[in-house]
Amino acid sequence: MTSPVRATAEEPVTDTPAAGRAARPSAGPWRRALGRLRRNRSAMIAGAGLLLIVLACVLAPVYANAIAHTDPFTSNASGTVVVNGARVPVLAQSTEGLGLGVTPVGPTWDPGNYFLGADNQGRDVMARLLYGGRNSLLIGLSSAVVCCALATVLGVLAGYFGGWIDAVLSRFFDVIWAFPVYLLAICLSVVLLTSGLHLGPIHIDAGSLALPVVIIALIYVPYVARPLRGQVMALRNKEFLHAAVGLGASDLRIMRREVLPNVLPTVVVFLPLMTALNMLTESALSFLSVGVQSPDASWGTIINDGLALLYTRPAITIAAGLCVGLTAVALNVLGDGVRDALDPNARLRGGA
Amino acid sequence: MKRITAMATRTAGAALLAVGVAACSGGGGAATSATDGAGQPAQTTAAGFQEQHKGGTLRLLAKSGDGTLDPHINYSNGNWQIFQALYDGLVSFRKVGGKASYDIVPDLAEEMPQVSADGKTYTFKLRKDVKFATGEAVTVDDVVASFQRIFRVSGPTSGTFYSGIVGAADCVKKPAGCTLDKGVVADAAANTITINLVAADSEFLQKLALPHAVVLPKGTPDKDQGTTPIPGTGPYKVESYNPNKQMKLVRNPNFTEWSRDAQPQGYPDEIDYNYGLTPEGAVTAVQNGQADWIFDPLPADRLTEIGTTYAEQAHVNPLAAFWYIPVNVNLAPFDKPEAREALQWAFDKNALVKMFGGANVAQPACTILPPAFPGHADFCDFPQQDLAKAKELVQQSGTSGQEVSVVVSDDDVSKQIGEYVRSTLEQIGYRAKLKVISTNIHFTYIQNTKNKVQLSVSQWYADYPAASNFINVLLSCASFREGSDASINISGFCDKDVDAKIAEAMKLDQSDTAASGKLWGELDRELMKKGPIVPLFNPKQIDFVSKNVGNYQFHAQFHALLDQMWVK
Repeated sequence: MTSPVRATAEEPVTDTPAAGRAARPSAGPWRRALGRLRRNRSAMIAGAGLLLIVLACVLAPVYANAIAHTDPFTSNASGTVVVNGARVPVLAQSTEGLGLGVTPVGPTWDPGNYFLGADNQGRDVMARLLYGGRNSLLIGLSSAVVCCALATVLGVLAGYFGGWIDAVLSRFFDVIWAFPVYLLAICLSVVLLTSGLHLGPIHIDAGSLALPVVIIALIYVPYVARPLRGQVMALRNKEFLHAAVGLGASDLRIMRREVLPNVLPTVVVFLPLMTALNMLTESALSFLSVGVQSPDASWGTIINDGLALLYTRPAITIAAGLCVGLTAVALNVLGDGVRDALDPNARLRGGA
Repeated sequence: MKRITAMATRTAGAALLAVGVAACSGGGGAATSATDGAGQPAQTTAAGFQEQHKGGTLRLLAKSGDGTLDPHINYSNGNWQIFQALYDGLVSFRKVGGKASYDIVPDLAEEMPQVSADGKTYTFKLRKDVKFATGEAVTVDDVVASFQRIFRVSGPTSGTFYSGIVGAADCVKKPAGCTLDKGVVADAAANTITINLVAADSEFLQKLALPHAVVLPKGTPDKDQGTTPIPGTGPYKVESYNPNKQMKLVRNPNFTEWSRDAQPQGYPDEIDYNYGLTPEGAVTAVQNGQADWIFDPLPADRLTEIGTTYAEQAHVNPLAAFWYIPVNVNLAPFDKPEAREALQWAFDKNALVKMFGGANVAQPACTILPPAFPGHADFCDFPQQDLAKAKELVQQSGTSGQEVSVVVSDDDVSKQIGEYVRSTLEQIGYRAKLKVISTNIHFTYIQNTKNKVQLSVSQWYADYPAASNFINVLLSCASFREGSDASINISGFCDKDVDAKIAEAMKLDQSDTAASGKLWGELDRELMKKGPIVPLFNPKQIDFVSKNVGNYQFHAQFHALLDQMWVK
């Protein structure tokens, strides 16, 4: 009875008429999708790039401790550094003219010694960039997972039951989606960053990384849930579902065994795209100081740090901006590949 | 680098200066000395008017307008600076650069007032022939109406600076019917105004020299006039004002110079104050000669360029102000004296100065009273950072490992300083967190004890040159109000012995300024030991002007004298 991806399986299961009679088991839909993804060159390049970025970020402590020998979370405003054989202050006071202004040491291109230079606090930008990437990616991915999980549950419930449940949930989606996404995120962040989130048994501290995860996940729920709801509503009229009802299966069983497997490919397609979108949102919020909070860093906070040094040390902002841009592009290309692999005809709204 | 304007500070000062009512200190001799860009002493006396420079348009830039045009209500740096060319009070600060700018000189009054022996009665003789921009002469009735109006519009300092006037207490309670009939008495025949005080107040003349006590025409409505200009007596009048776009000043046709010290005629024929450009854009505009002066703090990454390529166009002047950390003495861990002493040793103030723009933009502070300020004593009991000692003191206090939050506002400099403080607290043994909140609410948030703020980063700019304006306002029991947004004693420090000494110093201010100065210095030292405040640095003001500008003068109280700049 169970027929994963039945509703969308448009490719012939077999290539030859004889295969229908043959005993050779056909490859499952997931396996076939994976095969198609593997043959997608741009998706593979994007995937490899992403893997490289993730690996570099995961190894941030190794870089900071073993290569750069620096603590990227401790100010080093009075420290010194050897550049081209000469010992210079990390934050150099201007000595010419009126002696106004202080400039951090610029990129040395030496991995063991302020590779990308220092920020306003005299901290190693490269090490911070890797640590910041961990947070940006973590928040992007985990908020995408939370968002997709929540949206799947709500979208399936609304689409399957219809009636007042659908009416209530759909209005809820409409209300949330009626707000400009960033405005809503900023409003929630400003409120929650002062007091933290205390909702029943859930307690999240004001400075916790979980706070941007929850906020970003919440604001994008309608974006994912609405197409899923539509898909489930279409499934409602399919014969296999009527058959399940006729056999007396419970609602929960039908949703779990019949509906969910059919919407899962869509959710999987959403995942990389939402990761990219959420990472960009996180960077934007952090850039506006309402995302990741000190002492944690993210690419957004590093861009913000670099803004005050744009004229003298543009490398900080450019490096962090490049990281955000490249990762978002990689995730989007990979996401497109996943979509093409799972459902070549699907057209999702937008992308990151 | 964004330096915060004194607006927030002043607003609070207003709300709380209940303390200031008691008043103190002898006026004049004070504070900062101005230097020009090349480090030479700026002009300190008003030279005669130089006719050949008269004319042209002075073009000023700011990110945005600075609120209402009503001088009895506006309490912001930007408009206070502009009001100098628009309005006059009975007395004013001398309009010159340098130390002399703290001197009080007669303005609409013919001469300095006669003060009674008990210090409670001030009698001013009004000048004749001074006219408002409308052409009407200034009369004693206008003066009385203006004092009434301070209370009728519930001016921000009505309950503090001017609450010592007889009848002011009733006026604060019932602003609408305020008459001050026993407090401000006019004698039209003798052309005199007599102001009666409840108690002697040696700071009273300085308070009268602030824009909140300027004289306006008696028919001025008793409500905030917002963007509608009120006619004044200064050399300029506002022709138009749109806080999002532009303020345009033109010459007041009814102005004739009566005192070069108090209200000199200005040089430009027109002053255009344009709003909307970011500080980055404004710097470029001044570099290109498209504008003449910028109000906003200069961006940090342009300072080096300004200090080198454009050094001749930059003017750096010390301010009577400090950045400091108010330490909450009533909350753990800083209720322990050892923990507070640890803080005094913990920070490298040179590092903090670097975050503000370097050694030529600020200087590390060892004392509460800024250098060259009345009562300043030259001592430095915590001369340099000693992390080992700080860590040891934290351990001695038994507070090691406790959680500490540092609350800072969301401007660039505050965030950087907050991050440095957080990082240092971690190094001396605390688990430190940084809490960044909007600049709009930060100043009131850190004052309210309900918010349980352990440490924060704040600034204090002197309202006028008196030691009490720092020590009495920031650290006396009277300025600590639990649960109030207006509790400028952010540390919650209340020490009866210190309070008694403050009272003694304020009393001495009226009779023996040398002795009071010494006492203030001792108090400063004692307070540094008790540690309710960690002074960080004393900032300087950088003014960046175009090549066209001449005759730049830095007034210690109101900063650059805009109408005294010439562009021709």
